[in-house]
Amino acid sequence: MAQLENDKPVDSINYGGEFQLTMLDKVIGAARANSLWPLPFATSCCGIAYMATMGSHYDLARFGMERMSFSPRQADLLIVAGTISKKLAPILKQVYEQMSEPKWVISVGACASSGGFFDTYSVLQGIDRVIPVDVYVPGCPPRPEQILDGVMNIQKLVRNESLRRRYSEEYKHLLSNYNIENDIKVK
Amino acid sequence: MIMEDIKKYNNSDIGAKRDTIDGETATLNLGPTHPATHGIFQNILQIDGETVLSSEQTVGYIHRAFEKLAERRPFHQITPITDRLNYCSAPLNNIGWQMTVEKLAGIEIPKRVQYMRVIIMELARMADHLVCTSVIGVDSGALTGFTWAFQLREQIYDIWEEVCGLRLTTNIGRIGGFERDFNPDFHKKLTEFLKTFSKAFEEYDALLSRNRIFMDRTIGVGPISGERALEYSFSGPNLRAAGVDYDVRVMNPYSSYEDFEFDIPVGTGGDTYDRFMVRQEETRQSLRIIKQAFENLPEGPYHADVPEFYVPRKDDVYNKMESLIYQFKIVMGETPIPVGEVYHSIEAGNGELGFYLTSDGGRTPYRLQFRRPCFIYYQAYPEMITGQSISDAVVTLSSLNVIAGELDA
Amino acid sequence: MSLSKITNEELLSFLQTAFGESILEHNEAFGLMNVYVPATKAKEVVKWLKENETIKMGYLTNIAAIHYPDNKGAELEVIYQLHSLTNNVRLRVKSKLSIEQPEIDTIVDVFAGANWMERETYDFFGVIFKGHPNLKKILNMEDQDYFPMRKEYPLEDRTREDKDNRFFGR
Repeated sequence: MAQLENDKPVDSINYGGEFQLTMLDKVIGAARANSLWPLPFATSCCGIAYMATMGSHYDLARFGMERMSFSPRQADLLIVAGTISKKLAPILKQVYEQMSEPKWVISVGACASSGGFFDTYSVLQGIDRVIPVDVYVPGCPPRPEQILDGVMNIQKLVRNESLRRRYSEEYKHLLSNYNIENDIKVK
Repeated sequence: MIMEDIKKYNNSDIGAKRDTIDGETATLNLGPTHPATHGIFQNILQIDGETVLSSEQTVGYIHRAFEKLAERRPFHQITPITDRLNYCSAPLNNIGWQMTVEKLAGIEIPKRVQYMRVIIMELARMADHLVCTSVIGVDSGALTGFTWAFQLREQIYDIWEEVCGLRLTTNIGRIGGFERDFNPDFHKKLTEFLKTFSKAFEEYDALLSRNRIFMDRTIGVGPISGERALEYSFSGPNLRAAGVDYDVRVMNPYSSYEDFEFDIPVGTGGDTYDRFMVRQEETRQSLRIIKQAFENLPEGPYHADVPEFYVPRKDDVYNKMESLIYQFKIVMGETPIPVGEVYHSIEAGNGELGFYLTSDGGRTPYRLQFRRPCFIYYQAYPEMITGQSISDAVVTLSSLNVIAGELDA
Repeated sequence: MSLSKITNEELLSFLQTAFGESILEHNEAFGLMNVYVPATKAKEVVKWLKENETIKMGYLTNIAAIHYPDNKGAELEVIYQLHSLTNNVRLRVKSKLSIEQPEIDTIVDVFAGANWMERETYDFFGVIFKGHPNLKKILNMEDQDYFPMRKEYPLEDRTREDKDNRFFGR
């Protein structure tokens, strides 16, 4: 099997095929990274570029994303593709809050990342003003290859994320900056 | 059977009945991020069981202030804004806008450019209809067609890429013509496309158009009569599906459409199936137009000789004094533009896309209003789905092809 | 190239016979006739044009407004663009309104499709269409307290602090 970066085996010590030792972080990271359930929050032009990415030619399903999760509760990855206006911002935030931890966000396109060329009274100047963003994909709209690259970057983040991150003070601080409550309780 | 129920329901007095269902109606929020809306708009449905009693729409979730933005942009910089109106068929919007400015400035366009424009515009129409028809399929449970349609769209993207370098938001062409001539790769790709499209398209069509399940799901669903459609200022395929043969290409021909032979398909019932079939047939007719235009493509320059409007090539700007001067004049807004108001409309993917431009002779338009077909016909949606079931409402919505960018400007 | 069956001159003479003094001015721009009528008469004219047996302007292409801050007493113009599909002729009916009292009768009962067009015009310019069933802002948020398309308001959001105007040439 060709060893793409995504398929890289988990670092482990193999004891003669009988059993393996590895770190829980890495197993869980690999599992999460290769079965992300994306929630496409596609509003405008980037939504069509995203649809092309999902289509047969670019085939996003290769990355373990066959199942689009249109319900935020069962989604891991929020893909915000397109302009977010001020009218829509509270809805986006609500969708983000409804997603359960751990969750990641890709901001696809110039509009979602910074407002793009719509520097107008009605457009939110970047979704990072209402929710935290993990990966920004530039372009207006980005080519499907760029979106795939963004997804692969997310997978890299997911694979290497410490299991403790979501419990950390830094993460809480990040969410409190956005006035989002963290529902994870430290035992 | 179901049809009879619906008919019975339609005949009953819904308004009166609603009060007597002793609180049995429910409120369902369809949108703004519902997967079936394919865009961001909200419908608050009052439902009795599965039947929609009334619907209230909220739009404006991606209002981007195009019209205000256009008042701040020089004419040549408005083309990218028009890309984002109906982003499924951006070249139609681009060329429509360029033709508006040309009309205002009195620029005469060479025949070759007109034919080139027709090819690009009809490709865009096909791309637009492919999205719409495949999405009707998706919403009625036939996901397969979607992958076919997007594969066909990829071919169209490849062709556009040869002309303008972009796939979706193309910003194709310039005021006065095209930025470059059709290159040999374009000829190769388009010839290949014309040769193979029909076969692939007919296979795709066979998946849906005579499919028993698809027909049951769409025939008689979300109908609107021709009279009501005109009342609501419908245009484009949705109006033609209701039986009114209004097509801007024939009524007020632009860009040499009078040179080509094509049919205008019309429906009879104005229901979802008619809207689907009209779009399918228009795709075939578009192919026919492209073939005619491509075969008879005249020789000549690829842009009009209007240096005061046509943004010159970049290497000319660096190497030729004259081009540098004109580039400077265009960018700084020093070219005189006539004072006046002009309305130009084209037949876009969804209907009559109009540009109502008022110029005070300045660098930017004084006022530019877009007549956006989606915005106008989407208001008829509650009327069309009243008395239908929720799943029918979803299919009706996708058959109207409401594009959020065009809806919300 | 015009494929119209009625010329603009004929159209104008029809209107002048029917409304006489109410046709305040008229001009022609790029083949389209502009007719100015008083705001109180606009609805009547549109309705007459729709129902007239010869003209049959049964298709409302769009409703627009435009703001001229320097025209004192007539700052706003409301524009109805009608199209007769039978005769293939278009016509613009315009009414001037003052910005203090921007009121005009609704034509929702003449054309059902005017509903959202009027709401949009209200949203952008604050033109009040008397008798409209649901005159609320449509594209912008309902709590927006100004009409953004009027010339005195800037394009950019005035409250935002994330972009430094010095770097954007403003």
